[in-house]
Amino acid sequence: MIEVKNIFKGFNGVEILKDVTFTFEAGKTNLIIGQSGSGKSVLTKCIVGLLDPDRGQVLYDGRDLAAMKAKEKKAIRTEIGMLFQGGALFDSMTVIENVEFPLQMFTKMKPNERRDRARFCLDRVNIKDKDGLYPAEISGGMQKRVAIARAIAMQPRYLFCDEPNSGLDPVTAIVIDNLIQEITQEFNITTVVITHDMNSVLEIGENIMFINKGENWWVGDRNSILKTENEEVNNFVYVSKFMSQFRDQI
Amino acid sequence: MLSACFSWPDKFSVFWNHVMKEMIRLGVKSLGIVILMSAFMGGVIVIQTNAAIDSPLIPAYTVGFTTRQSVILEFAPTIICLILAGIVGSSISSELGTMRITEQIDALDIMGVNSASFLILPKIIAAVIIFPILIMYSMATGLVGGWLACQSLDNISSQTYLMGLQWYWDPFYLQYALIKTAIFAFIITSVSACEGYHASGGTLEVGRSSTKAVIYSCMTILLTNYVITQLLLL
Ligand SMILES: Nc1ncnc2c1ncn2[C@@H]1O[C@H](COP(=O)(O)OP(=O)(O)OP(=O)(O)O)[C@@H](O)[C@H]1O
Ligand SMILES: [Mg+2]
Repeated sequence: MIEVKNIFKGFNGVEILKDVTFTFEAGKTNLIIGQSGSGKSVLTKCIVGLLDPDRGQVLYDGRDLAAMKAKEKKAIRTEIGMLFQGGALFDSMTVIENVEFPLQMFTKMKPNERRDRARFCLDRVNIKDKDGLYPAEISGGMQKRVAIARAIAMQPRYLFCDEPNSGLDPVTAIVIDNLIQEITQEFNITTVVITHDMNSVLEIGENIMFINKGENWWVGDRNSILKTENEEVNNFVYVSKFMSQFRDQI
Repeated sequence: MLSACFSWPDKFSVFWNHVMKEMIRLGVKSLGIVILMSAFMGGVIVIQTNAAIDSPLIPAYTVGFTTRQSVILEFAPTIICLILAGIVGSSISSELGTMRITEQIDALDIMGVNSASFLILPKIIAAVIIFPILIMYSMATGLVGGWLACQSLDNISSQTYLMGLQWYWDPFYLQYALIKTAIFAFIITSVSACEGYHASGGTLEVGRSSTKAVIYSCMTILLTNYVITQLLLL
């Protein structure tokens, strides 16, 4: 469980996050949704500690991130898996080396155990026979999937995915959504997924925060989001023709 | 940031692997250009000195002596290091800058890797080890280049040149040059790594940071060169 309390964050005098408070629950897929530029990525970076919030607290199972000593921070980081919006694979390493990297740094696994684990993770994101290629040599969607494999390689307790299925075809997108939900339930992970894809919202949205202009605007789940009266959320959900037809039917 | 950079590596085997890779990248890959430049430099110094001291009062072996002194004391360690600052410095800072803007450094931090020490320390160590070796090659080829140039001049024989090379030799000259080189290696890698590591924004910024890296390392080298020479050769 991750609790975020009264987070404020600004850049050069412009406030991006305004008083965001939310609880990300363990064993559930927690979604952060909202329009482009609303502050989703900034919020996630504040939660994982890549950015320091101007004010507010982030609690990992009750432990305050800002108050931790360097050693504790390091320990908690090995429990975090993160998928960046751009993938952020290491250019200088091959696909399999990327996935093996955290294992190599933080476990005592033998090289063949590492390789097996990495292959297993790559299998789960449907990447086969690409082991020896470099990130620049595979497609954008594949890079994203390799990055997911890297994020789950260490069996994290906290998993952050910034747009896990942007740039993926609908079939693969569902595979990834389901994978995320599966491992979340299987290992009781606290998963935070950032998305603006309505398909994912309906597929895996168990605990949803809608963020608008840096504020926590609305909270609910995949059922209540279809019925809410909130104007901004409605505009977000029913903007496409398909979804508005769908609303007329229900 | 340098203090973060000098913390004990997370995993020594991985770290040592990186040092080896960097040695090859920073050292072995620059060897060709270093040898080429040094050979020509040595040759030109011989021809110029020879032309300048065209007097019966000065012995002919002065050419060899002057060449040795300029190549070993100044040309190989300082000039070649300035060139290496251009080659190696810009490559380090653009590599790290790209890693920064594509969030690869953030990815390392998130995993709990000390990104500064993981990325920068191997480069510094590799350069401090490999640059002095490169510079020794540069000295040797510089002197050989000078010897080759002698073959084209009538008034100075190989023997005279070689005699000049050995005239009044103090091993401390070599020590001085290598100490200098190691310090320059540290300057080049740390300055350019810092520039790249702290890049932000887009590809334009990465380009700008690599230009800055080269300029700052060259300036620092020139200044340090002056100070070290004052301290060591007085
Ligand atoms: N490092 C930064 N410096 C200054 N402003 C920033 C920085 N990072 C983000 N911002 C600003 O914060 C706002 C929110 O950005 P953020 O990346 O969180 O958007 P987002 O909700 O993730 O959008 P998207 O869905 O397009 O990824 C944007 O207006 C952006 O300009
Ligand atoms: Mg974003």
